[in-house]
Amino acid sequence: MTVDWSAFTPANGAAGGLLIGAAAVLLMLGAGRIAGISGILGGLLPPERGSRWRLAFLLGLCVSPWLYTLGAALPAMVVEAGTGRLILAGLLVGAGTRFASGCTSGHGVCGLSRGSRRSFVATAIFMAAGFAMVYVLRHLVGG
Amino acid sequence: MAALIALVSGVVFGLGLIVSGMANPAKVLGFLDIAGAWDPSLIFVMGGAVLVTAAGFAVLRRRHASLSGEPMRWPVASRIDARLATGSLAFGAGWGLAGFCPGPALVAAAAGVPQALIFVAAMIAGMALFSAFEYLKRG
Repeated sequence: MTVDWSAFTPANGAAGGLLIGAAAVLLMLGAGRIAGISGILGGLLPPERGSRWRLAFLLGLCVSPWLYTLGAALPAMVVEAGTGRLILAGLLVGAGTRFASGCTSGHGVCGLSRGSRRSFVATAIFMAAGFAMVYVLRHLVGG
Repeated sequence: MAALIALVSGVVFGLGLIVSGMANPAKVLGFLDIAGAWDPSLIFVMGGAVLVTAAGFAVLRRRHASLSGEPMRWPVASRIDARLATGSLAFGAGWGLAGFCPGPALVAAAAGVPQALIFVAAMIAGMALFSAFEYLKRG
């Protein structure tokens, strides 16, 4: 393991993390809901009863890059995967997060914060699978 | 009221994803590449988010209702089963394939990144397949 110090941005990471945490606390305080993105989106397919808050949250998420540009230029969003890989990845993420009832936000942030053993297991598994997939792609088959 | 607060929460959440670098798949893959030139930044994203959320949730646990009057819907599931494991395995594999998880993918798609739009369309298809599977299983 070699740390890529040139890419290392701990202050930005922590600041963004604080905002994500604040958003999760606000949603529970104000609407009594867990800020799990896969659950919020999945609950619209088909729309569950009382889903207005879901639409509102997703709308907020989608206007955030536009609001960000009022203050600064958007940071680069670089996608390395090609179309086939993106489609396969999307299907796996979509179905996988619904089967597991959560993703990085629902299990990783909100679940770990609640001390949920179930979320701890889910997070450990999806992190391990992510590490393994990138290892295979970049170091075994050579990307 | 609940919808208005959810809107603000969505904005703050999205800004957090952008500021932290989570909305950039190349950055996420740099974190997942522990055998290569590793970028540990995302540990700080997770750490910061969990710190704030854990403190906030500990206080909110004592509340009986939210500000909008909606009940506090804390998750009740505790079962660790094959469904949780296989779902998380599939999710992690997809995350490592493209560098996108659901929140950042939506933000990047809304920002107009064309590949993110493809990913989000496939992700929604995957979620719809799950819903169809559940519907058929229930008969």
